Amino acid sequence: MSRETSFTFDGAPMAAVEGQTIAAALIENGVMSWRTTRFGDRPRGLFCGIGVCFDCLITVNGEPNVRACLSAVEPGDDVRTQAGDGHV
Amino acid sequence: MNADVIVIGAGIVGACCAHYCAQAGLSVIVVDRGSVAGGTTGAGEGNILVSDKEPGPELDLALLSRELWAQMAGELGDSFELDAKGGLVVATRAATLEHLHRFAAEQAEAGVIAEPVTAKGLRDHEPHIARDLLGGVFYPQDMQVQPMLAAARLLQHARSTGRVTVLPETEVLEIERDGSGAVTGVRTPTERISAPHVVNAAGTWGGVVAGLARVDLPILPRRGFILVTEPLPPMIRHKVYAADYVANVASDNAGLETSAVIEGTHSGTVLIGSSRERVGFDKTLDWEVIRQEAQQAVAIFPFLADVQLMRTYGGFRPYCPDHLPVIGPDSRAPGFLHACGHEGAGIGLAAATGLLIAQAIAGTNLAMDIAPFAPNRFEGAHVA
Repeated sequence: MSRETSFTFDGAPMAAVEGQTIAAALIENGVMSWRTTRFGDRPRGLFCGIGVCFDCLITVNGEPNVRACLSAVEPGDDVRTQAGDGHV
Repeated sequence: MNADVIVIGAGIVGACCAHYCAQAGLSVIVVDRGSVAGGTTGAGEGNILVSDKEPGPELDLALLSRELWAQMAGELGDSFELDAKGGLVVATRAATLEHLHRFAAEQAEAGVIAEPVTAKGLRDHEPHIARDLLGGVFYPQDMQVQPMLAAARLLQHARSTGRVTVLPETEVLEIERDGSGAVTGVRTPTERISAPHVVNAAGTWGGVVAGLARVDLPILPRRGFILVTEPLPPMIRHKVYAADYVANVASDNAGLETSAVIEGTHSGTVLIGSSRERVGFDKTLDWEVIRQEAQQAVAIFPFLADVQLMRTYGGFRPYCPDHLPVIGPDSRAPGFLHACGHEGAGIGLAAATGLLIAQAIAGTNLAMDIAPFAPNRFEGAHVA
């Protein structure tokens, strides 16, 4: 049986299923974009979904450039929109 | 179809040949069996270097070429990320440092600006550099360019003159010659293109293209891999490389050689090289190469240990046994010219190569002596 868990996205609580990737959980919560590009500030979300394209980068617990499509949600994760290269 | 000049190869050298031929008023057809910048042009870092060249004909070509690159960037409205970032060569051992300083002094006599840097001074150039390096030399004339963008922009610009046609996905099957041996054009799967001049700008495949006109050119592939990091804020200002890189470039060893070459790019990624080995056209990823390159880069920039690698890419430098390019008319086949075999320096040397080819075809004064690059210099020589 899959078990429910939760995390936050930009401070807002989000539900997820244990083992689900951050990308899948965000999409299920209606979030399609979680990064803006370095030069044009354009929105980015899931593209290849298999860890190759590095388009779905996101900041997790303060660490930038995490691939949302490969990283499983951990209970209580502090997930944040990433601007540009994510290094402030 | 017909034109004054057929250029075989739509990489950076072919693009520069087309650019300068068009400027000289010649009509040009550029053919490539693949896409623009689909070969070695798209597999490197975009180096325009004087720092790694010993005094001699290649350095003279590099000094001319960097001037031309700056000029082309001006003409094309800075549309290909030309960055006059300078190169910093660093030494990890006392013997290497001594050799580097001697090398730099010789280069300075040949017109290169080379500024010795103390161990402490390295940090003024690169704040994040390792603390245990012994010193180095700064070369303000070194530049970098986005090579694929440059090839595409140069061809776009050349086409806008109305004198240049680009035919991608068009393989040359034969270079035709008449009874006197002079070239008359090329044959592709669909048509015959006639021209009194054919330029071999096929890079690593230059030997194969020469064979299509039944002349020999000993060009061999020398494989290299580059690592690409995640995008970072600017951490590395210059092209930074280990002094043993120069020795590796000049070596004739066919086995694996690696030496650290590190630089940031306009887009924020850091490129890490370099490796050299002669293994034919095998593109299989080799983890040992990746491991060595990463390790050597971390020794120079320790912060890289915590940075993610995004991807790697690899390609084949066009290697000539004497490490010099092949540039100019081929006396064995009148009308046939070569512009290939630049090994790892093709981007940097492309501009001068294009200019010299255009001058040779137009019959105007050559900007420099091209005898050291003569295509027939390998005749009778044993090729390793």
